[in-house]
Amino acid sequence: MELALDVLSWLAIVGGLFFMIVGTVGLLRMPDVFTRLHAAGMTDTMGAGFLLLGMCLQAGVGLLHAESLESLVQGALVLVRLVLLYAFLLFTSPISTHALARAALSGGVQPYTTVREG
Amino acid sequence: MFEHELFIAATAGILVSMSLALTRAILGPTVYDRVLAVNTFGTKTVLLIAALGFLTERPEFLDLALVYALINFIGTIAVLKFFEFGDLGLTRRAEAEAD
Repeated sequence: MELALDVLSWLAIVGGLFFMIVGTVGLLRMPDVFTRLHAAGMTDTMGAGFLLLGMCLQAGVGLLHAESLESLVQGALVLVRLVLLYAFLLFTSPISTHALARAALSGGVQPYTTVREG
Repeated sequence: MFEHELFIAATAGILVSMSLALTRAILGPTVYDRVLAVNTFGTKTVLLIAALGFLTERPEFLDLALVYALINFIGTIAVLKFFEFGDLGLTRRAEAEAD
């Protein structure tokens, strides 16, 4: 049980780091604001989601080791905070992305398009 | 098992991607690129605080991460509103007076 949780949390955290770094490389290399928003949204959902999932699994390992009721409650509260953190990110990330895209559009940034023939 | 190594790896990876986001914030041709990069940087800071809380085994760091996530969101929206309207609160009143 504990080994399975450990392996899963390693996978989740390494996967989350992968998505986070790939998304940030996209933020660096994409051609304009709107495409960069797309890359940055990736880090907020997949990257942060997998990292927080891995932390939840590690907190679950801590719960397995809990000896007293008090430490069990403390561990459960850590889980609650991690889930709350992800819930906040889940709400705030699309809102700020939307606001940023609107502000950029009304601020006169031309979206990057390919030149069509004819 | 290997919790310490796990969270050291997580912290290092988050720091690498934070430095990449900071590069975009410095390079960014328009102000919106910079706002986007700072917002992404803030999200990564939240995760860094959470990982550091696990690394140092101090779960109260997660409360700081929660507060930081909310402040980051409010800050981004405030900066965007300022750049879109040139003002933080007077736009509605000016519209009402114009009517």
